[in-house]
Amino acid sequence: MKVAVIRFPGSNCDADALHAATLAGHEAWFVWHRSADLAGADTVILPGGFSYGDYLRPGAIARFSPVMQAVAAHARAGGSVLGICNGFQILCEAHLLPGQLVRNAQLSFVCREVTVRVDSDQTPFTSRYRIGQELRMPVAHGDGRYVADDATLDALEREGRVVFRYVGGSPNGALRDIAAIRNTDGNVVGMMPHPERAVEPILGSTDGLAMFALAGVPAGVS
Amino acid sequence: MKSFLGRVRVMPRAGLLDPQGHAVEHALSSLGFGGVQRVRVGRTLEIAVQADSEQQVRERLREMCEKLVANPVTEDFTIDAVEAAP
Repeated sequence: MKVAVIRFPGSNCDADALHAATLAGHEAWFVWHRSADLAGADTVILPGGFSYGDYLRPGAIARFSPVMQAVAAHARAGGSVLGICNGFQILCEAHLLPGQLVRNAQLSFVCREVTVRVDSDQTPFTSRYRIGQELRMPVAHGDGRYVADDATLDALEREGRVVFRYVGGSPNGALRDIAAIRNTDGNVVGMMPHPERAVEPILGSTDGLAMFALAGVPAGVS
Repeated sequence: MKSFLGRVRVMPRAGLLDPQGHAVEHALSSLGFGGVQRVRVGRTLEIAVQADSEQQVRERLREMCEKLVANPVTEDFTIDAVEAAP
């Protein structure tokens, strides 16, 4: 598989995401935010960080960068996209996923390991997991509280589009303990926890590695 | 073309949890300010625009808010003022 990791000014988990994709056996490269060329990638990863300094709202400015036009076209064509942390915020601002990530309910930055439960295996990133499986991976964010109106939340639940849910309470006040969601087709996934920081025993968990297996990714979409 | 200064207010939607507002509310109480019932925190933007008329400025500000300045999922915006800039 070919994996493009997008770099915005302020991305800081880009190298980790590239490392995780490489570790899983893929050919991976960086794409700068000013480029609109994904160079034939099968999968796009929007990494964590603070793109454009989180100015205005996290992800709000990144949404209008040239590369995001290419990412949106890739997603519309059925290409797989994984947004992690700031990448999730960008996907929501770009309306590729519903809802928004707002300031943590307790107002403080939260950086610790959490447990999430797999609620959907119908994505290219979670097809190696089984429903109900519990995974350990870290979160590190100040704006990770997932919110959407009740109709949207009900639709997400009804259509099985909640991908991960926090176990034992959310670290940020997310509505319905939502940690990750997918779009209707399942090819776009956004998540607050960091699977790329849980891919080797030395990191404390390897539970995130299976996300990068990309077992359900269709090749040659872009 | 004339110069205008627009002032746009963006507030968290009523009914949504506003943790910043709550934090300021508690801080005011602990400073001894009695009778504070509710605080909400939003933001104000001053946007200088060149246009032909105030009406045109208002239309453009609304478009800016819908596209970027406010997030329709959680925020409401109000165009507070449009003044002729000196």
